[in-house]
Amino acid sequence: MKALLLVLLSLAVLSFGPHAMASGEVNLYSARKESLIRPLLDRFTRETGITVNLVTGKAAALQKRLEVEGRNSPADLLLTSDAGRLYLAKRAGLFQPVESEILQRAVPPHLRDSDNHWFGLSRRARIIVYSKRRVRAGELARYEDLTDPKWRGRLCIRSSNNIYNQSLLASMVAHFGEEAAERWAAGVVANFARPPRGNDRAQIKAVAVGECDVAVVNSYYLGKMQNSPDPSERSAAAEVVPLFPNQADRGTHVNVSGAGVTRYAKNRDNALKLLEFLVSDEAQRWYAASNHEYPVKAGIEVSSTVQAWGYPFKEDALEMRWLGVHNVTAVKIFDRVGWR
Amino acid sequence: MRPFALRRSFPRPSLWTVVATVIASVVLLPIVTVLAHVFIPDGGSWRHLADTVLGDYIGNSLSLMLGVTLGAGGIGIATAWLTSMYRFPGRGVFVWALLLPLAFPAYILAYTYTGMLEPAGPVQSWIRETFGLAYGEYWFPEVRSLGGAVVMLSLVFYPYVYLLARAAFLEQSVCALEASRTLGYGPWRSFFFVALPLARPAIVVGVSLALMETLADFGTVDYFGISTFTTGIFRTWYGLYDEVAAAQLAALLMTFVFVLLGLEHWSRRRMRFHHATNRYRALPQRRLPPLAAWGAAAVCFLPVLFGFLLPFVQLGIWVEQTWERTVDERFFTLARNSFVLAAVAAVISLGVALLLSYGKRLHPTPWLKGLVRLAGMGYAIPGMVIAVGVLIPFGWIDNTIDAWARAYFPEGTGLLLSGTLFMLLFAYLVRFLTVSLQSVEAGLSRIKPSMEEAAWSLGASRGETLRRVHLPLMRGTLLTASLIVFVEVLKELPATLVLRPFNFNTLAVRAYELASDEQLADAATAALTIVVVSIVPVVLLSMTISHARPGHRDRKAA
Repeated sequence: MKALLLVLLSLAVLSFGPHAMASGEVNLYSARKESLIRPLLDRFTRETGITVNLVTGKAAALQKRLEVEGRNSPADLLLTSDAGRLYLAKRAGLFQPVESEILQRAVPPHLRDSDNHWFGLSRRARIIVYSKRRVRAGELARYEDLTDPKWRGRLCIRSSNNIYNQSLLASMVAHFGEEAAERWAAGVVANFARPPRGNDRAQIKAVAVGECDVAVVNSYYLGKMQNSPDPSERSAAAEVVPLFPNQADRGTHVNVSGAGVTRYAKNRDNALKLLEFLVSDEAQRWYAASNHEYPVKAGIEVSSTVQAWGYPFKEDALEMRWLGVHNVTAVKIFDRVGWR
Repeated sequence: MRPFALRRSFPRPSLWTVVATVIASVVLLPIVTVLAHVFIPDGGSWRHLADTVLGDYIGNSLSLMLGVTLGAGGIGIATAWLTSMYRFPGRGVFVWALLLPLAFPAYILAYTYTGMLEPAGPVQSWIRETFGLAYGEYWFPEVRSLGGAVVMLSLVFYPYVYLLARAAFLEQSVCALEASRTLGYGPWRSFFFVALPLARPAIVVGVSLALMETLADFGTVDYFGISTFTTGIFRTWYGLYDEVAAAQLAALLMTFVFVLLGLEHWSRRRMRFHHATNRYRALPQRRLPPLAAWGAAAVCFLPVLFGFLLPFVQLGIWVEQTWERTVDERFFTLARNSFVLAAVAAVISLGVALLLSYGKRLHPTPWLKGLVRLAGMGYAIPGMVIAVGVLIPFGWIDNTIDAWARAYFPEGTGLLLSGTLFMLLFAYLVRFLTVSLQSVEAGLSRIKPSMEEAAWSLGASRGETLRRVHLPLMRGTLLTASLIVFVEVLKELPATLVLRPFNFNTLAVRAYELASDEQLADAATAALTIVVVSIVPVVLLSMTISHARPGHRDRKAA
């Protein structure tokens, strides 16, 4: 019994110990879930022969791990699914600047860091969906319309714990200041059909079933539901109409997933190669086709589902870093107006 | 023969005290790391929290605790009593089946029930179609609410109470109950005035385990949109970017736990619960009249139905729809990783718990008692907070050694422990030590001190006494303790997520990643595997309870 335990223990420790930093490797900390990144990484390995070692987790935790490991950290790249997080990681001194003609050309300036610490890799829009039965086209057109008293008891949106809501409000703080943003948030809360619960897909289902008439969701969730293998998800998605808010003024709020090379990267060249691969036409097409996101690179076609909603649309050209700068303000506003 | 009396008269700390002190201190390190933040000025968030949401965090956490005490405590005690004392249809199955909900991670249960019962789910759709109603024209309970969370958490955590209460009921000598009968107590009064008080330490341990799990839960309350301490800590850290205030919230949460532990301690103050008699006789199980028998069966069936069967069938349906794309070669690696990790963690946790509680029994100094008590606090702390508490000291140690080594050779040592399984296993120890510690302590407390005194007087050393007297006597307790840790580690998520090495995934990680993306059907395969793998230890568990029954077979040791 004892011998068996000893064997198990040593087996476990030996077989999963820290990875040697040999050439031909790159180590990635990713806040994107494995199923949403692994297929791309496998392609990269097939094309370059470089092995990608992956740890996924929550962005804040991975960032903490990177910070604590300091100059000995094995991680070469940090990838997150939100621009605010990238801004924070830069502020904590976790990235290094990289010069790359390819990255400069592929990623538009407002979707990357001005000092080349991080680069956006895919975009998502925070859109409004409304019931095709109970709401007429043209009844609303802007995020600001959501505070109209006619939507009282008819609006669904998820918890403000969610980073996408925080970034949306941060963009309002950036555009109009804290007071106006707070008035907007309070107006939205007044129209809640129910206390916030569930994820973005749940909001779409709630509109479909009649719990509410309008909801705010990330675009790719609707795309995934429209193409779901589950017929009940497809029929729920068919009940709602997507609306890209603020097309007549500042544009629809977008956020990016993105990545940067870590300050102490041991495999800097490979990390850069991976970053460049992630903005290649092939990778950008993959994001669009399999995840219904928007590519950051111009000239890449989106999925037919997303195309059908109308593309290109006018997007808010706010520099991504402001989402990080105003994140704290946004959360405090949510707390004050009782948006839980 | 060793002169024990002589040695005792010397105040020199024994080896046992030193070892127990060192281990307890190391286990405390992450908790102290988090608590140390209390002394750092925060980024101004505290004022904001106190003005806005802190009241909600406290109120909701307290409501959850109250609800789970009633729910998990009620179900656990009632089912334990019925299955221990009476014969009714299906009793043999219920004895082990009542433990099955333990195999469900709470958040998986929450996701599954939401999938079934939400307005867009199959149940409400059926109601609407059958009766031609629209949403809002009929009443249906909302799953994603405080009440819903209480039900979910009670369903997955009542087995702790059941497990410990049943073990306690079975270990009660029938003599005590017979005495109460001869003194004119009926079955109800025997239960309330004799059996229940006798089983109280075990029940309190069970309920406090359930409550600590409740406080540490993140997945369920987050999904249901309930603001509790756990979601508050995450929000303060993620959203307000204020690590210090987040740690201070965690510290406040720990004071809750401390109160809990204090209450538990107080409830058994100066009471000794070992039996005064050496005569054990197996409890005779009374046959119930038909109506009562079916009632008892229903009471035992409902928790199994809602805590296991229904969600199990739902997961099964999802697996049937998705297994072709979810079962690949990586899947078997996941299963192996989970299994090995959980087994190793269970053994380590048990070993440490034995050292600590035996050390404490030998030298019950206030210092050691306090230290051991503190070392068990990790259970109520959200896994992610523990993870940070583990990351910081390990990173510091590794980088200090590295800096020192660089003076001698330029490459340095790099990270020795950070990012290895060792660190992850340590985090599990910190998080789950309480589970094994409480079981082992409860087991030890039922062994009369005269037992070891006899062994010592016959010349056995402390270690030998532990090995040859206590361990055989506590075999059932020990197996119980390690099996619970095994199942816990199998389900553990936040710490695993942050601390695991590169390319190392577990079933819980896979299930969570998919479920949190609301790909519930795809998450089902991993979730169901966790459940199925956990059934084996759960069944073993129930067998040990029956076997550990004193008087059930001969004792070698005494």
